[in-house]
Amino acid sequence: MKVSEVHALLLERFGASAIVALQEATKDPWIEVAASNIADVCQFLHDDPRTEFDALNDLCGADYLETDAKKKNPCAPHVEVVYHLYSYTHKHWAKLKVKVPRWQGDMTGELPEVPSVSHVWAIADWHEREAFDLVGITFTGHPNLRRILCPEDWEGHPLRKDYAFPLEYHGIRGK
Amino acid sequence: MQLEDPRIIEFDVRTDEMLVNMGPQHPSTHGVLRLLLRTDGEVIHEVTPYIGYLHRCAEKIGENLSPPQWIPYTDRMDYLAGMNMNLGFALTIEKLMGIEVPEKAMVLRVIIAELGRVASHLVGMGAYGLDLGSFSPFLYAFREREIILDLFEEVCGARLTYSYFTPGGATHDLPEKITIPPGLAQLTGRKADMTLSWMEACTMFLDWMTPRIKEYHTLLTRNAIFIKRTAGIGVMPRDMAINYGCTGPVLRGSGVDHDLRRDGEPIYTRMYQGYDYEVPVAPFKDAPSEAILGDNWCRFYVRMMEVVQAIKLIRQAMAKYPAAKGDYRVPFRMGTKLPNDETYLETECPRGQMGFYVVGDGDAEPFRARAKSSCFCNLSVTGPLCQGVLIADIPAIVGSLDIVMGEIDR
Repeated sequence: MKVSEVHALLLERFGASAIVALQEATKDPWIEVAASNIADVCQFLHDDPRTEFDALNDLCGADYLETDAKKKNPCAPHVEVVYHLYSYTHKHWAKLKVKVPRWQGDMTGELPEVPSVSHVWAIADWHEREAFDLVGITFTGHPNLRRILCPEDWEGHPLRKDYAFPLEYHGIRGK
Repeated sequence: MQLEDPRIIEFDVRTDEMLVNMGPQHPSTHGVLRLLLRTDGEVIHEVTPYIGYLHRCAEKIGENLSPPQWIPYTDRMDYLAGMNMNLGFALTIEKLMGIEVPEKAMVLRVIIAELGRVASHLVGMGAYGLDLGSFSPFLYAFREREIILDLFEEVCGARLTYSYFTPGGATHDLPEKITIPPGLAQLTGRKADMTLSWMEACTMFLDWMTPRIKEYHTLLTRNAIFIKRTAGIGVMPRDMAINYGCTGPVLRGSGVDHDLRRDGEPIYTRMYQGYDYEVPVAPFKDAPSEAILGDNWCRFYVRMMEVVQAIKLIRQAMAKYPAAKGDYRVPFRMGTKLPNDETYLETECPRGQMGFYVVGDGDAEPFRARAKSSCFCNLSVTGPLCQGVLIADIPAIVGSLDIVMGEIDR
């Protein structure tokens, strides 16, 4: 099943308010899903026999903020969660995206919230912990949202574009 | 005596639960992995892996470097299979930019990548024997691996972190004349100053190594103690393997017939078209009667069978190489700008499917460089897999997943 067919299927099931866009003019076409619907959409894609996406190949976050003032086409600031799905039954793949503001309600420091899909695929548990740790996204409904790669008492989220490296950590001097 | 539930061993004597830290400095955890065990006597109730001790912010560094500059960092993720990691990232960049690689470069990549797979699985086999208390297979595995590293050294000058495959091809062609690797000269009884072409040396090594595989099976695979420690332990059913995102030999050991060299994306599979090879998948006909689909033994045996198939692929690729068209690379300038696009590509590394996700924004440096680790997913299954086993089975189960911490922590 092609990504455009998956998109048609989702549009019929969830409507245009949940399935925001389909981007086909790219190397791997992707479907943009509204943040509040992502868990339901994933559950549907996982369970429906036509799609049966039984594996989550990758889940990662990306921070879109142009720090270069001279850039000609700066991107609108936002944070993305990218889902790469695969089906071992049908041997097809799909790519989903969720876009949320960089900070919840424009309050710097308040992490944006995306519903967790860890109940759909068990591996999403660790991937979401990593996205929380490095990119700074809160996955609501996650059973154990702790840092995974950085130490528990680390401050900030390193893959944020405006992340400032700490000058000191437990007596270790940085920079 | 076979016990259905190991908890019965405690003879109904309730003991207090104990928290035991296994690692981060523990010889059987393959690097800096910490497992927090909640045990009742010898029986494990819960295992929680703690990772991140080797985190080097590779993804953040990748945002500040152009792709050819980030290649050396991919080496240092899975340092036992640097060649395959280079290849995965190089292919991702080629997919993003639409670069067509000549036939000769593709054949060269098959030779080197499969040789890398053999070297990696040899370490996997040797280290697994070591985990289970069998020392000698480790020595044999490293004797063989040494020659592969010598051959790699002749090709690219490095023995561990190669940075050999770059977007567009490779850094060097196979050398015409080399001095025979010292280990190979000694093992085959040749003179130490013998000169020959790289391909002759490689053929000589494969001819010497192929009959040795039978010896490994005698030493380890069919060893009664080894079978007792591995067969029927750490059983991972098919659904669990898929749900936890396991890939590579771990997935095939659970009976899923999936190999990206055959089922992957066209840019990767076309490299492997026209070759005669099989994908080993559990269950095996020649498995010992104690083995269950998805247990430690199956995962180990998939790797051993893959070594045989990799050798078969190398021989075929070397036969193709002299007549292959084109050059071993197409030029890729250092400051080449990446297009305003993004792509994700997974390749079949020895430890599983390694994925790279690259977002370009018109600069030479990618906007986002993401490395999805195969061992990261394979390790995430340890928690549920180790419930109810004995403490002594933990090294056997973790070892059978064949993890490299450098790749998990990145």
